[in-house]
Amino acid sequence: MVVSPQLIVRLVLLGLAVVILQVAAVSQVVLFGATADLTPLAVAAVGLMCGSITGALFGFFVGLFFDAALVQTLGLTSLVCVIAGYGAGRLRELRDPQATVVPMIVGAVATAITTFGYGLMNFMLGIDAPVSFLLLRVILATIVFNAIIAVPVFALIRRCLGPALPDDPRRRRRRAYTTGGLSPLSRA
Amino acid sequence: MYDKTVRRRRAVLGALVVSSLILLTAYFREPGGGALHHVQRGILEVVSPIQEGASRALKPVQDLFGWVGDTVSAKGDLQEARKERDQWRTIATRNASATRENAQLRKTLGLDAAVTDMALYGPKTARVIGQSPTLWYAKITIDKGSSSGIRAGMPVIASDGKGGQDTGLIGRVDQAAAGTAVIRLITDSTVAVAARTVTGSAMGVVKPSPGNPRDLILDYVAKDDTPATGQTVVTAGTVSKTSELDSVYPPDLPIGRITRVDDQGAADQTPHLRPFVDLRRVQFVQVLTEKVDHNR
Repeated sequence: MVVSPQLIVRLVLLGLAVVILQVAAVSQVVLFGATADLTPLAVAAVGLMCGSITGALFGFFVGLFFDAALVQTLGLTSLVCVIAGYGAGRLRELRDPQATVVPMIVGAVATAITTFGYGLMNFMLGIDAPVSFLLLRVILATIVFNAIIAVPVFALIRRCLGPALPDDPRRRRRRAYTTGGLSPLSRA
Repeated sequence: MYDKTVRRRRAVLGALVVSSLILLTAYFREPGGGALHHVQRGILEVVSPIQEGASRALKPVQDLFGWVGDTVSAKGDLQEARKERDQWRTIATRNASATRENAQLRKTLGLDAAVTDMALYGPKTARVIGQSPTLWYAKITIDKGSSSGIRAGMPVIASDGKGGQDTGLIGRVDQAAAGTAVIRLITDSTVAVAARTVTGSAMGVVKPSPGNPRDLILDYVAKDDTPATGQTVVTAGTVSKTSELDSVYPPDLPIGRITRVDDQGAADQTPHLRPFVDLRRVQFVQVLTEKVDHNR
């Protein structure tokens, strides 16, 4: 997929907004002992809309900014977000799923990849991290929260990036079906 | 053409994964004053005013969700709170007479100048502007830093505003930039606080409980000590007579209450505490910038 300068600007602004919103507001809203995490949702949404390479690059830089803003180990969130973004992008390239529940499922899977991947990396780095039923419960609650908010978050991100995205093949197909291959503008 | 696309995709993925791993390794191995840490502090300094603005602007939304969460859990808390209130009333009555007696005895012994006021520790109030969403990193970001006299290592206290006994030690300053600082919370695995029960029945080191980041343990309690459920645990302050071994934390800062004691009376008895402050609900903190009498 060809990435236009307009799309790059929008992705940069989206990445900054997501991390700041997450760190300054969403992380401080606790419901049933867990908080939502916008980062994997945004990365998965970009992967699903822009493809695997853009998804992976967006994941890398969002993760890096996230770690820098929270003074965490640099590279940790980048690594898990790269995988989430690349995975979502590959799903689009191989299957191009159309169902309404796709954002929910992709959001939940991306959250699971990042949270479990994060935990695994912590163990490998030797950080004395807690492992317990409580931790599992919190991770599951985060996945459920993210699945619930995935549909509006994906819609919002589509709205933000939509004007800068190249013509969506899905839209092209739909237009071909309804207008006999011509855009309504060219028909007029 | 197809092969070229596949190769390019794989190359980008590989490069990003390798870059992440290099960053991770370099960051992990370098000391606190290294280049990457320096860059990170710079980014923190740039981002913190934006974070602060966003935090203030989104406060009503936070409060709305907080209200929903609080309402759900409030019903269950009420019964427990009533029981606790009755217990505290009895204790308060006993304490009132003990305080009177203590004041008289202090006067008699000429100890009027002893530290009783938190103002002596130079508290600086700051707003929480950032928080990690994961359980793995127990850190928060505040809107004051070295320009307000805040330095790494200073103790931090807070109240979660839930009422009752909700004020206590929450951690220490980990890093301070000009206009912002990062607090490492007491639930972080690298934080340990010398502590004792308020009655003096047990002494040890408060650490996070392995397996539950919202639970603390009082480790290294001697076999002869007699910790009991319901006792309040406070910081021990400096116990060493050598000035090089000053405690970071002033004495008598409340930390939490003992909820249970594992293997009571054994050599490895372990009291578990619930922190007084709900660390995920903290909105304002106080950094204690002064030491009084070497925290004795």
